[in-house]
Amino acid sequence: MSATTVLPAEVYAPGLFERLRSWWGDVWVMTRRNLIHISREPMQLSDVTIQPVLFTLLFIYVFGSAMVLAGGGSYKAFALAGLLVMNLTTSSVGTAIGLSTDLATGVINRLRTLPMSPTSILVGRTISDLLAAALCSTIVAATGLAVGWRPTTGLAEVLAGFGVALLFSFALSWMNACLGMAVSGAESAQGIVFIVIFPLAFVSNVFVPTQGMPSWLATIANWNPVSAVASACRVLFGNPNPSGTIQAWPMQHPVAAAVIWSLALLAVAVPLAGRLYVRRTRD
Amino acid sequence: MNQQMMIEAAALSKRYGDTQALDKVDLEVPAGSILGVLGPNGAGKTTGVRILTTLTAPDSGRAWVAGHDVVTDAPAVRRKIGVTGQDATLDEALTGRQNLVMVGQLSRLPRSQARSRAAELLGLFELDDAADRVVKGYSGGMRRRLDLAASLVMRPPVLFLDEPTTGLDPTGRQRMWGVIRGLVSEGVTLWLTTQYLDEADALADSIAVIDHGRVIAQGTPRELKSATGSQLLEVTLSALHAGAAATVAGFALGVVTVSDDGRRLRAVVRSESGLATAVLRALDAAGALVDDIAIHQPSLDDVFATLTGADTAAESSAIVEGVLA
Repeated sequence: MSATTVLPAEVYAPGLFERLRSWWGDVWVMTRRNLIHISREPMQLSDVTIQPVLFTLLFIYVFGSAMVLAGGGSYKAFALAGLLVMNLTTSSVGTAIGLSTDLATGVINRLRTLPMSPTSILVGRTISDLLAAALCSTIVAATGLAVGWRPTTGLAEVLAGFGVALLFSFALSWMNACLGMAVSGAESAQGIVFIVIFPLAFVSNVFVPTQGMPSWLATIANWNPVSAVASACRVLFGNPNPSGTIQAWPMQHPVAAAVIWSLALLAVAVPLAGRLYVRRTRD
Repeated sequence: MNQQMMIEAAALSKRYGDTQALDKVDLEVPAGSILGVLGPNGAGKTTGVRILTTLTAPDSGRAWVAGHDVVTDAPAVRRKIGVTGQDATLDEALTGRQNLVMVGQLSRLPRSQARSRAAELLGLFELDDAADRVVKGYSGGMRRRLDLAASLVMRPPVLFLDEPTTGLDPTGRQRMWGVIRGLVSEGVTLWLTTQYLDEADALADSIAVIDHGRVIAQGTPRELKSATGSQLLEVTLSALHAGAAATVAGFALGVVTVSDDGRRLRAVVRSESGLATAVLRALDAAGALVDDIAIHQPSLDDVFATLTGADTAAESSAIVEGVLA
């Protein structure tokens, strides 16, 4: 309580490396805190645990029974990458819900009076959601393997496929962080699923090749980032990719397109999320 | 250090829509003292705390905490303050211990130190038994104590307590008062908002009364009480005396009431120094023999009612009647 306990903070002028280290420390504390939240209510995780298993089995056995792929190949082999991307896309809403819940409770006032880095609240949230997305990917892959899906490329390509999918999921998390802060509460954040995420996930080549769609819809689907990511995974897993014959740049270069879409989304959403956070916490 | 102002507000103003929450508020708190900020609900007490703790920016005016500007140097302010809000700011899904460790780590304590400080505070606030239970199951009093513990993790030299005892039972309040006295004896500077006059009276070195965003009175509890200008005089005579009532009436602001046996006289008098001596001399000159003389200060309730224009006594009796009916 004496002057000596106060002094170090005043003369303390940390360098860049030191600042980065404390920033990362804050991020990690926030990430851990979010993971503890998940462990308290494991049902919160149902969208990355139970839902992927259900969707994978439903689509492969129910839809797959009636699907004939143009250009050959099994629907099972085609569908898995789509299911991976679809599950990651819908579960990214968790970021919007988690963040708007945090901002609505008193804990945000405590955090804002601490000498922590404010950005770590956002980064900790998207990183814990990235870890949940990794769990989701593992469960989709395990379910796929159990029902007979097989990648036909090497380990490096398969891992690269999952890497591309997770990068996209991380970018979507940031987009959802923006949406979550733009709306007023956790219930409104739920509404985002229907307004933004479902069209994004379904107007794509995730479940069916786009060749059969009306041409205007096919154009939208071919340029949808979700299609690029699903195609990229199919290529990297060595699974059937009927979109490869479509004359649209993202379908011709799906891996590059998936990475560019993700980075572009991050370039817009990260700074926007920072601004929305400042706006949201100022009254 | 003792002469230094740890908290300074200069012409702070803040408006929310049609409500002028703060209107050119000037306040100073010397290091190591308690300022009690007293006012009815909606007077602007919480807005003041939010500005001084960097949670919101003022529309105009400036403020400094521990010498740092709360707007332009907010990170430095945050290293010096502890805040306990009206609503608990705890993470409901974490245990008490996890909450304190998190606050310690986010205040840049190494994990081991954050853990030992958390254990120390849990002991100090008698929360050891509940330490590893999730906060969601805590009682109101336990939440308040944990919330206060969370604001003490870094041993901040300046502490803001926003209605720390609102909603606590009498035992809980006494306990909180004890904690607050202990903190100040360690040299902490404290900004305490409260709706309770007895709380401000018991704890604060200085009181600022706020109403409709303005500071309407300021001073020590004693100064505020004498500021209303009237006191109650009670004289007990050894025996009935014919001239005594007329003598006391010379000092009275209103009527002099006399007891049935004529020995006890009561009157409202203007407060002034040497009053008791003057009354005694006058009675002596009149030939009255005095057993006892007492001059009471009005209670802070009276002061508060006078200043804010609220008839607190009438309100509370109305509430009692309402409850009984």
